[in-house]
Amino acid sequence: MDLDIATVAQAAYLVSALLFILALAGLSKHETAKVGNTFGIAGMALALVATIALAIDRDIESVGLVLLVGAMLAGAAVGLWRARVVEMTGMPELIALLHSFVGLAAVLVGWNGYLHVERHADDAEAAALRAEDLFSIHSAEVFIGVFIGAVTFTGSIVAFLKLSARIKSKPMVLPGKNALNIGAVVLFMAFTVWFVADPQLWLLIAVTLLALLLGWHLVASIGGGDMPVVVSMLNSYSGWAAAASGFLLGNDLLIITGALVGSSGAYLSYIMCRAMNRSFISVIAGGFGIEAGPGDEQDHGEHREITADGVAELLASADSVVIAPGYGMAVAQAQYGVAELSRKLRERGVEVRFGIHPVAGRLPGHMNVLLAEAKVPYDIVLEMDEINDDFDDTAVVLVIGANDTVNPAATEDPGSPIAGMPVLRVWEADDIVVFKRSMAAGYAGVANPLFYRDNAAMLFGDAKERVEDILHAL
Amino acid sequence: MSYAIEEYEVVVVGAGVAGLAAIGAAGSLGAIVRATDPRPEVADQVRSLGGDYLAIESPDVEVSATGYAKEMGVDYQALEAQLYAEQCRDVDIIITTALIPGRPAPRIISAEMVASMQSGSVIVDMAAANGGNVEGTVKDQAIVTENGVTIIGYTDLAARLAAQASQLYGTNLVNLMKLMTPDKDGQLVLDFEDVVQRSMTVVREGESTWPPPPVSVSAAPAAAPMKAVSTTESPTKQPLPPGRRLRIVFGLAATVFVLVAISPPALQVHLTVFALAIVIGYYVIGHVHHALHTPLMSVTNAISGIIVVGALLQIGQGDGVITALSFVAILVASINVFGGFAVTRRMLGMFSRS
Repeated sequence: MDLDIATVAQAAYLVSALLFILALAGLSKHETAKVGNTFGIAGMALALVATIALAIDRDIESVGLVLLVGAMLAGAAVGLWRARVVEMTGMPELIALLHSFVGLAAVLVGWNGYLHVERHADDAEAAALRAEDLFSIHSAEVFIGVFIGAVTFTGSIVAFLKLSARIKSKPMVLPGKNALNIGAVVLFMAFTVWFVADPQLWLLIAVTLLALLLGWHLVASIGGGDMPVVVSMLNSYSGWAAAASGFLLGNDLLIITGALVGSSGAYLSYIMCRAMNRSFISVIAGGFGIEAGPGDEQDHGEHREITADGVAELLASADSVVIAPGYGMAVAQAQYGVAELSRKLRERGVEVRFGIHPVAGRLPGHMNVLLAEAKVPYDIVLEMDEINDDFDDTAVVLVIGANDTVNPAATEDPGSPIAGMPVLRVWEADDIVVFKRSMAAGYAGVANPLFYRDNAAMLFGDAKERVEDILHAL
Repeated sequence: MSYAIEEYEVVVVGAGVAGLAAIGAAGSLGAIVRATDPRPEVADQVRSLGGDYLAIESPDVEVSATGYAKEMGVDYQALEAQLYAEQCRDVDIIITTALIPGRPAPRIISAEMVASMQSGSVIVDMAAANGGNVEGTVKDQAIVTENGVTIIGYTDLAARLAAQASQLYGTNLVNLMKLMTPDKDGQLVLDFEDVVQRSMTVVREGESTWPPPPVSVSAAPAAAPMKAVSTTESPTKQPLPPGRRLRIVFGLAATVFVLVAISPPALQVHLTVFALAIVIGYYVIGHVHHALHTPLMSVTNAISGIIVVGALLQIGQGDGVITALSFVAILVASINVFGGFAVTRRMLGMFSRS
């Protein structure tokens, strides 16, 4: 039996891969999620130890080892610090930034692969690959890895900037933007063929620049409200970038992990698109896909206003309440007040539940962590599909910071830009209170006939303050 | 002692603003409440407050165009009298609120009906100022009839609830001011398009604007919503027709076959692993709980930090440039690994059951 570091490392990688799969499987239920995370950490630790051992076995220079440890410590310090201080309202930005790091790492690993092999096309490494017919494939893998990594890198940076409001969330619309994107991909494919035939440095530089530009343009031309899909998409790309690096390094653990992450991102993107009733292509093509029509000419009628005291009265005599939060609630930082309100009502025996639309927030599952942070128990936080049929048994619905996700036009008006999008059918309840700062339209610029319904009343003002007023009045 | 008045029966005549408030108050104290009103459209309003609507079937009955009641014909009045005669025998409290704009209050409860009531019953006649709905009401007084029925005929009910009345009146004025100063700058803007302002205005710029055009009011429920989006375009995608599905699967299978067939052996292993991993990923991710999608994203970020393995093997292997690039790669990938797992752990710790 020949036991050397390389084979032991392989075994470690397989175990790590299995542990990663278990980590993801653990997220099927709240009860198993924490243990799953621990499995993931264990798998990662195992892989790192095995790899460092392998590096030492391959006679890594002392300088290299010191740099290695230094880099890891520095990265760990930054990572742990950010993880500790981030607020749930800041999660989307953090996730976007983390994606960009994976993209960057993939680009660097790809470049290293080139510098190690193709650059010295007459050396031992290259010869070994040629012997197995792998040289051209290696070149292709390097090229593809760098491309996907660079697109992910700049795309995620732009997403990060948009989500943290450092740049405007309005889509940048260049003339012929779809042609530009498709043209870039075609150019990439042409370059790949060329590079495989003749791996020149300038081609690699060119494709890196091309991909950086493409990533930037792709995400810059998508509006801020579509961010949940975009971030999921970038999650997927980061996975494929890792997988591509795995191919070029011949590392199965990287390939497996990359595939898992890629599928995860793709699945989340798919759910987001289905929840908006839009095709993925139309989101990537940027903006709403359809021209935002002229302002709704229909006279919807008058809206009713209500005061915080009035809402408190409504709630006091209600037997069942559903709260439909949207990103606006998080922006106003009202989630703590809302949690307190739900607690107070539940103590009085009122049935309180939350109805979460899949695209509420800026990330899939964002509203859930926001509410969890405010200590709302997760068993009263329900998905749209779980709660939609219960609205006609509900006495009071509080719509806080949500607009398009509770718009009846989606189900009733075939001509509306959001027609067909699944929404929370809050209007079926007895009374609806809409918390809004003013009568301005939501992201899509679509008027919301919910506000003009007889059973709906508007509560104007800052959501956080209004919720506090209601708490006082109760 | 319980102050609930369960099993007390209350009849409210007229389901306008006062009547509905009375229905609500009596109902919340536990009484059995019945109400009448010549406007049939208020039936739902009465029921929503927990009262029973007693309908009087008569050709005179029609939905009100103005929101106020009108004087009813003889036929209606006869049927109405019959209804009240029956009710009076059993009921404990009657609250009458029947008023017609510009006419004397209709006489609803006759002396005979009062005489048939049980001793200790109470009648509140809120129309006393306009002549009273009840025969025997004495303006400004609460009297007790021979058979022990108390009839309250106060005409200054608002004054008796001075604080409440002032508050309600004040609120009305505030809302009126808000309506008439739309720019919130204290400048009065008289908008004749607005039905309230038009109906209030008697003289404008020296011209008489009285009487205002009649106001049409509807208490009917909102018109049924427009036809729903046609079901052939339902958002939940129907499964693809079998033919299409077969073609897609076969197409994919053929592509995979060709790709792997032309690959060198070493690559074939990796392609196998890749394909299987995608399938596993698809099924595992599909089972993730919807509430945990954000931790899913952070944990996938953490595990994609495994790319650090590539850089770890590239650093310090003799090439300065490669080492430099690897250093950066290790640094950023480590942020992902440590930060990703830590933030996932933190988020998962926030979830709690009730």
